[in-house]
Amino acid sequence: MSVKVVNPGLFTTIQDLGRPGYFHLGIPISGGMDRYAVRAANLLVGNDEGAAVLESAFMGPTLEFESDATVAVTGGEIPPKVDGEERDCWTAFKVKAGQVVSFDYLRRGARAYIAISGGIATPKYLDSRSTYLIGALGGVEGRAVGVGDMLPLGESAGAPEGRTVPEKLRRLPGSPAELRVLPGLYWRLITEEAGRNFFEDEWKVAPEADRMGVRFRGGRPLSFKEREQPFGAGSDPSNIVDGCYSYGSVQVPGGTEPIILHRDAVSGGGYFTLGAVISADMDLIGQLQPHTPTRFVSVTMDEALTARADRARLYQELKSELA
Amino acid sequence: MAEIRSPIPGTFYRRPSPDEAPYKEVGDTVAVGEVVGLVEVMKSFIEVKADTAGTITAFKVENEEPVTAGAVLAELDG
Repeated sequence: MSVKVVNPGLFTTIQDLGRPGYFHLGIPISGGMDRYAVRAANLLVGNDEGAAVLESAFMGPTLEFESDATVAVTGGEIPPKVDGEERDCWTAFKVKAGQVVSFDYLRRGARAYIAISGGIATPKYLDSRSTYLIGALGGVEGRAVGVGDMLPLGESAGAPEGRTVPEKLRRLPGSPAELRVLPGLYWRLITEEAGRNFFEDEWKVAPEADRMGVRFRGGRPLSFKEREQPFGAGSDPSNIVDGCYSYGSVQVPGGTEPIILHRDAVSGGGYFTLGAVISADMDLIGQLQPHTPTRFVSVTMDEALTARADRARLYQELKSELA
Repeated sequence: MAEIRSPIPGTFYRRPSPDEAPYKEVGDTVAVGEVVGLVEVMKSFIEVKADTAGTITAFKVENEEPVTAGAVLAELDG
């Protein structure tokens, strides 16, 4: 049983929930940028929440099915079509052997997650099927899906069609998008005024945003406190002696354009990070279109933990809804 | 009247590079599959191609302006 890729779209990769545990060796966590959408898509088609799905950025693929399957598309709204007939997003639908699934234009969000009953069954690498492109790990022989690929599918006990995720349990960023940031270890390097400006200014998502990092433009440049650069740090005031980066950390090279490190990001380096986007908001970043106005909101650790617990509850609600 | 739409969101360019002439001007004819511009997203430049032939009557988006997926970039007569 397999699915044939007639057209891969723009950037379509195989992703699951990721490859944690190797970041200290420089191998990023990878996995879907919007993992809530990965889980929702899988639950809709009766898969384990961590089965491998397709992540399509901005444009959907064209897929030909060799056998009957149940399919669901979640996350960014790129409406699927079965033999040209539109189907709802966030809702399971049946595809018969020989039918072709294609997609309309992106309407909201940025990345659609396409789950197929049985899950995509390409070989695992370090316990995950997620594609890490620049490391050539996972996916289809380390790459994105391409024309003519036959994607193998796992066994499925079958899943009904028509199950849907209620509107209140679908999650996409607003406009302006709001991302909550917990100031971090290197916050002390910038002036108080720069810190205020960072949270006051409206930023815009830069078009070069990708799975490694999402860059923003349009806010005022940061000013740094006077200091003598320590031994081992570069000469620019945004340089530090190399440190660790976390998933979500916000680096600002040269003090000009913040970059939020995402699933395929590097694990350390010599730019200061002013803080990190809280875990509860990381999925939203995967759904930001280029040029989306964005505000950063300062939160405390307590607020971050409350938001994390709220997110966990939302997922529990989704699970009981689709149980 | 036919329309040429952007397949993806990003930044629209009418020229192959900053110091070259635009791919097409109003009044030019286009053939099926001919490139009329580029959209930049995720460090890639994606060619926008006409899927019908005709004469360009208007560009609906300026050079280097942001576009959304499905946005009309140009209108064609014929």
